[in-house]
Amino acid sequence: MNDINNKGKLLIETRKLTKRFGSLLVLNEIDEKFYEGEQVAIIGPSGSGKSTFLRCLNCMEDPTSGAIVFDGVDIADLKVDINVQRQKIGMVFQQFNLFANLNVLDNITLAPRYVAKKERRAKVRKNILIRIGNLFRKNKKPLLELGDSEKEINRKTEERAYELLRRIGLEDKAKVYPSTLSGGQKQRIAIIRALAMNPKVILFDEPTSALDPEMVGEVLDLMKSLGKEGMTMIIVTHEMGFAREAADRILFIDEGVIKEQGTPEEVFDHPKNPRLKEFLSKVL
Amino acid sequence: MKEKNSFLKKHWVDIIAIVAVVALFAWICTSIYINFRFAKKINIFYNYFIVNRGYERLLLGMKNTAIIAVSGLLIGIVIGTLIAVIKVVRPSNRPIRYAQKVVTVYVAFFRGTPMVVQLLVGYFILFPLMKLTVTPVAACVWIFGLNSGAYISEIMRGGINSVDSGQLEAARAVGMPFSFSMLKVVVPQAIKNILPTLGNEFIALVKETAVVGYVGAIDITNAFQYQGSNSYEYMIPYLVMALLYIVIVAAIAGLVKLMERKLAKNERH
Ligand SMILES: Nc1ncnc2c1ncn2[C@@H]1O[C@H](COP(=O)(O)OP(=O)(O)OP(=O)(O)O)[C@@H](O)[C@H]1O
Ligand SMILES: [Mg+2]
Repeated sequence: MNDINNKGKLLIETRKLTKRFGSLLVLNEIDEKFYEGEQVAIIGPSGSGKSTFLRCLNCMEDPTSGAIVFDGVDIADLKVDINVQRQKIGMVFQQFNLFANLNVLDNITLAPRYVAKKERRAKVRKNILIRIGNLFRKNKKPLLELGDSEKEINRKTEERAYELLRRIGLEDKAKVYPSTLSGGQKQRIAIIRALAMNPKVILFDEPTSALDPEMVGEVLDLMKSLGKEGMTMIIVTHEMGFAREAADRILFIDEGVIKEQGTPEEVFDHPKNPRLKEFLSKVL
Repeated sequence: MKEKNSFLKKHWVDIIAIVAVVALFAWICTSIYINFRFAKKINIFYNYFIVNRGYERLLLGMKNTAIIAVSGLLIGIVIGTLIAVIKVVRPSNRPIRYAQKVVTVYVAFFRGTPMVVQLLVGYFILFPLMKLTVTPVAACVWIFGLNSGAYISEIMRGGINSVDSGQLEAARAVGMPFSFSMLKVVVPQAIKNILPTLGNEFIALVKETAVVGYVGAIDITNAFQYQGSNSYEYMIPYLVMALLYIVIVAAIAGLVKLMERKLAKNERH
């Protein structure tokens, strides 16, 4: 089992990840590892806890118990600044969730701009303290390098946004509001919005389930091309064809545990678990 | 020609209604004019209002009414948004739970007592207790702001709840903190949703400013009262006063409509 995982460095590890909603046990002590550069598809029956598992990976749902180690940090620990960690974990939703009050460009640049400016402002504040401290110091402490001005930050994030928009052929939509876009366009923009943060991994929760059939292809194509570039992706999906074609590894979640996992061939062509066999007979 | 015909056809009910109202109004005016010796009253009003410069007090009153209502609304929006956000947060820790209790009491107090009482208590008791010397108008601005904050918080809470929860979720998922996400994504959408209600709140606020005379601020009502008691002639000043309020309120209502239509247009493009 372990050899197929050795594509890259360990990125996310769940240890005895458990989630309850009230008395309902949704995830039951899941131990799982995700490695850099792999594309993992999560399949399973409705209500089995796929979304809950995915949402625990960036603590959108706080786990009831257990640990989630992302990039060496246990992000389930409440002392960890979850916002800083989430900036490295992209997420794409079934309902797209583009910000309705912002145009496409601002949708893409809002978060990167926020992060860059926040870092800059933190340095500015520290410099003030250093300056005050220097009044009393013999050996003056050097000031921190501020880097780009806020204007330059705006320009660079915008440039990057246009670059991403060009990639999906929607440059001309930069200034329009999300309500005017088709579902496929919205979802592709949601994906590049996640990409704009240069995340280490992107989580997808049924990214094509809310789309009209003729728009599913364009979104899956974009996801496939990301996978080819080596983006780490964890994808909850009902698209078995896509899972077989684009994923390195398939996890079958059922009754709050990972009942079976393996390469697409192993899972789809030689399933062992009876529940998986039953599930596949229904969806294939 | 054809245009005109269709206009008549479309609006004949309105036209008849308008003509009827105008006729009624004219009839009332003439009978009042004859019965109440209006000519003399108008003369007195003219004397006090124009010759003795009563209008100066009215202009000051209008300015104060505008200052109190507008800044009251703005302060109210800020306070109301803060309260609404505190109320919609999941009460996951103790400070939040305490804050929620405090704002609940705050809202209950300001919604449970009359405006005049709040003004009197604030101006004659609280401000002096805090050793703050403020002008009547400034006191009114703050008390109206605090008061409308309580009302707007309820409106704003509805607005925030009407925003799809996926919006906040998407903002939090990219690592923007709760406050920033609310400020940049949720609250702007909430404000757009509640704009008509906010317009009504502003109209209510304008009308409520009529009581600021109790703490010695000069507003529209106070200006006309002053005129009335100085000239011993109340009828014309009070009629003009009522008319002025109606015109102001209608103008605000029109502006709100306009703004709504503009926003609806933005949505489509
Ligand atoms: N916020 C919540 N509060 C209470 N119960 C919840 C909540 N979210 C999910 N659940 C329950 O947890 C279980 C797992 O839900 P989850 O959304 O993870 O399933 P899923 O595998 O993603 O299903 P689907 O394929 O339908 O999306 C379900 O029984 C669901 O009703
Ligand atoms: Mg789901």
